[in-house]
Amino acid sequence: MNLKRYFSIYAALWKNSVTRETMFKGNFLLWILVEFLWFGLQLTFIGVLYLHTDNIGSWTKWQVVMLVGASHFIQQIFQAFFLVNCTNLSELVRTGKLDFLVLLPINTRFVVSFRQVDLGAFVNATSGAAVIAYAAHQLHYVPTVAHILGFLGLCLAGIVIHYSLMFLLATISFWTVRAQGIVWGYYNLFNIARLPDEAFQGPFRAIFTFAIPMLLVSNVPARVLTNKLEHFSSVLLLLGMAAACFVVSELGWRASLRRYTSASS
Amino acid sequence: MKKYRHVLNIGIQNSLTYRFNFLARSLFGLIPLLAMVYVWRTIYQGNSETKGSTMVGAYTYAEMVSYYLLTTIVDALTAVNEDDWQIAADVKDGNISQFLLKPIDYLWYRFCLFLSGRVTYMAVAVFPVAIFIACLHNYFVLPHDVVAFALFLFSVMLTAMLQFFMSYTMAMLAFWVLEVSTFIFILFAFEYLASGHLFPLDILPAWLERILYFTPFPYQLYFPISIYMGKTSGNELARGLVIQFAWVCAMYLLARFAWKRGIKKYEAVGG
Repeated sequence: MNLKRYFSIYAALWKNSVTRETMFKGNFLLWILVEFLWFGLQLTFIGVLYLHTDNIGSWTKWQVVMLVGASHFIQQIFQAFFLVNCTNLSELVRTGKLDFLVLLPINTRFVVSFRQVDLGAFVNATSGAAVIAYAAHQLHYVPTVAHILGFLGLCLAGIVIHYSLMFLLATISFWTVRAQGIVWGYYNLFNIARLPDEAFQGPFRAIFTFAIPMLLVSNVPARVLTNKLEHFSSVLLLLGMAAACFVVSELGWRASLRRYTSASS
Repeated sequence: MKKYRHVLNIGIQNSLTYRFNFLARSLFGLIPLLAMVYVWRTIYQGNSETKGSTMVGAYTYAEMVSYYLLTTIVDALTAVNEDDWQIAADVKDGNISQFLLKPIDYLWYRFCLFLSGRVTYMAVAVFPVAIFIACLHNYFVLPHDVVAFALFLFSVMLTAMLQFFMSYTMAMLAFWVLEVSTFIFILFAFEYLASGHLFPLDILPAWLERILYFTPFPYQLYFPISIYMGKTSGNELARGLVIQFAWVCAMYLLARFAWKRGIKKYEAVGG
């Protein structure tokens, strides 16, 4: 693997994405508005919940706002790099356009995963960051540089989990044509990631921690940022799950690609 | 009428091919619902420990859980699935040209397809939803009384029509703009909050709830459920049904109007 070569390829893909976005400027701005509204919706929901209670488990209002902000931030960065590419995979398989990508003299997973960049999502990620900052201000809390770096590092692990799981689901399209529904189904699960982990118990909590680690993805980074971490083990768990998810998705991808038979031609 | 019955028939057969998609959708939809139930349980537990109160607004825990279960049911019965995208695509791709020549009305044609989609969805989703409700049956409150239940069903019917006509009107935007999905999502965001998807509207501050009642949104979900639970009754109920019916008529007229204006501008791209 020649890293420099991959960087220059990725730069070219970026340039393509920028060109594509500038073709539909109005649409670009409207999508940002849509995401902004949905984010506001989540915050409103939290606001309404806290009209009727003072805390959920040990989470206070502004801590949960911070959690929602962190979750939005992670989701948007994931979206910026990977979402379109994951949902497009089933289309590539169905139409047989994957042929052209398989033939390219680079890693196929690389080009499938990074083909398009959603630039609007970066703008939306900043609104998540702004909400985090505002919540910290409300908590009269100034995180240290170490906290912030820890937070960003763990966000990265969260993004790896989202990407690996969604990519794995997308590879189902090698088996059945109707995988797009499943991929969007996963998108539903993002709703769980922004809820405080302490609300959940029993098998639900176990499943969404150890099998589909939604309750780790943004809860652990938010806990680190607000200095709310109970055991360091949850950090290790998040990192471990991220690595495990990535390995499983790579195995799934390899097994699926072997089944690829192209379309029509 | 006969031709529309055929459309209904074909629609059901068509959407049956998507049964696995429907099943996946209803199953995935239950997970956030369960998450919501957990969050409320924690809130109720916390409140009874610290404040000794067992109510949130006018809701007991069982009523709150029932509320979310009912949103799932009403949603399955009335929510527009992909109809709006398909209508917009029909307009954009010029597929509606054929309907201008045929003795069939496009709006009612689409309405039949919408109904058949709902029927199929219900048939598929009834299993996971029934199992889910059975698991939570301790928290599922029965309708307030028989009359309330009958009126609930009537109101759900109006809700379905309201949902469809609103989506149809939104899809008509495709006559004027290339990409309607953003507009649909913007409306959907407001709908999601103001129709009571996220929480029952009467736990909002009273002034905010009153403002929402000036929009059609509460009649898209919250209103029928409030009838079921006996939260709306008597005069208030009668007035609510009249207003709901008025919204249905208004949206129907708007849908017709948008179509008429759109057709004037229509160029039958590629058609």
